[in-house]
Amino acid sequence: MDKAYKTGSKVAQFLQYLGNTVTKRIFRLGFAARFFVAIFLQSGTAFRRLNLTLREIYFSGVLSLIIILVSGLFVGMVLGLQGYDTLQRYGSTEALGILVALSLVRELGPVVAALLFASRAGSAITAEIGLMKATEQLSAMEMMAVNPIARVVAPRFWGGVVSMPILAALFSAMGILGGYLVGVKLIGVDEGSFWSQMQASVDFQKDILNGVIKSFVFGVIVSWVAVFEGYDADPTAEGVSRATTRTVVTSSLAILAADFILTAFMFTGA
Amino acid sequence: MTRTTIDLWVGFFVALGLAALLFLALKVGNLATSGSGETYVIEAKFDNIGGLKVRAPVKSAGVVVGRISEIRFDPEAYQAVVKMQLDTRYRFPRDTFATINTSGLLGEQYIGFEPGGDTDMLKSGDVIKKTQSAVVLEKLISQFMFSKAAEDGTGSSKE
Repeated sequence: MDKAYKTGSKVAQFLQYLGNTVTKRIFRLGFAARFFVAIFLQSGTAFRRLNLTLREIYFSGVLSLIIILVSGLFVGMVLGLQGYDTLQRYGSTEALGILVALSLVRELGPVVAALLFASRAGSAITAEIGLMKATEQLSAMEMMAVNPIARVVAPRFWGGVVSMPILAALFSAMGILGGYLVGVKLIGVDEGSFWSQMQASVDFQKDILNGVIKSFVFGVIVSWVAVFEGYDADPTAEGVSRATTRTVVTSSLAILAADFILTAFMFTGA
Repeated sequence: MTRTTIDLWVGFFVALGLAALLFLALKVGNLATSGSGETYVIEAKFDNIGGLKVRAPVKSAGVVVGRISEIRFDPEAYQAVVKMQLDTRYRFPRDTFATINTSGLLGEQYIGFEPGGDTDMLKSGDVIKKTQSAVVLEKLISQFMFSKAAEDGTGSSKE
């Protein structure tokens, strides 16, 4: 009787723990969704006082340029080397241009740029907002009848959303240049067929525009996660550091999951 | 960092992004070559189109003269109907012969036009009568195998 009661309490404890974790997550998700709507409703200021948003585009976009451009170049160069190695087995090295361009424009450009953006700019946004909360700057703003979502969150959100497609396009362009440098200049694939085969098989609407749409969606995801984690962080040093980590982990996973869904919509079928 | 410097950098950043997009659209993609000029529509029916795809090129003498705009199945004739948009600069005789070719061994498939001698030209909405289906590699191989087997059979009976 006693024993049964004990095991029963253990099961109950476990169930309690499980339920608590799940409900907490769902509460947070609900808060995040409400926060997302609030950002949109409070976006007026971000557009009216454009220099607030411009400043954030500078911090999250312009300052990410170096890492994006250099990574793009190297990813393209690696694609050139690996692609050549595989294609030459089938004697179709002229298709190197297609391989490099399609993999960059469709997948690697948006996804890798978004992952880099999440770790470079997303974490910075979370840390900044979290620290503002920890040092009670957000509460001080509210005291002065300044809405912190309108003044702090929305400009950072829109700055990220604007920057992301630009960075992804730059990443793809840089990667194609890298593939060109390695494929044509270093290995010696024919330059004419490299570009002409690429042009023949990369469709503007189907490939390039879909890549831009992807990067836009990723921009929304990364910015949303970053500002939310910052706003929701525990107002302590530890809490801010944990929120920063969570931003990178959550947004990376969300990017990859969203990429799968978007790819399933965009590139299946004829 | 003053406001004007930030404006300058952001302007530079956006311009760079637009330049990258333009590079992708014109140099990497096919925006420059597609949708330029006026077109007219021709249809052709094939028994088998193989791996032909929408937007594949239509070539005559190796020059791209148009693109495939639509492929559908005709449930009455059990044939594939291929709709093509041809550049109005290029006119072809009514007895033009349309074939499905492959560029290279593994390349993409396209429609090739071999102009006939008719003095009447194809108009928009016309249907090309003479077509040749895609070469299906498996059929070719099986034909080869059968003829080879037949040869061997006759060879052994002679001995």
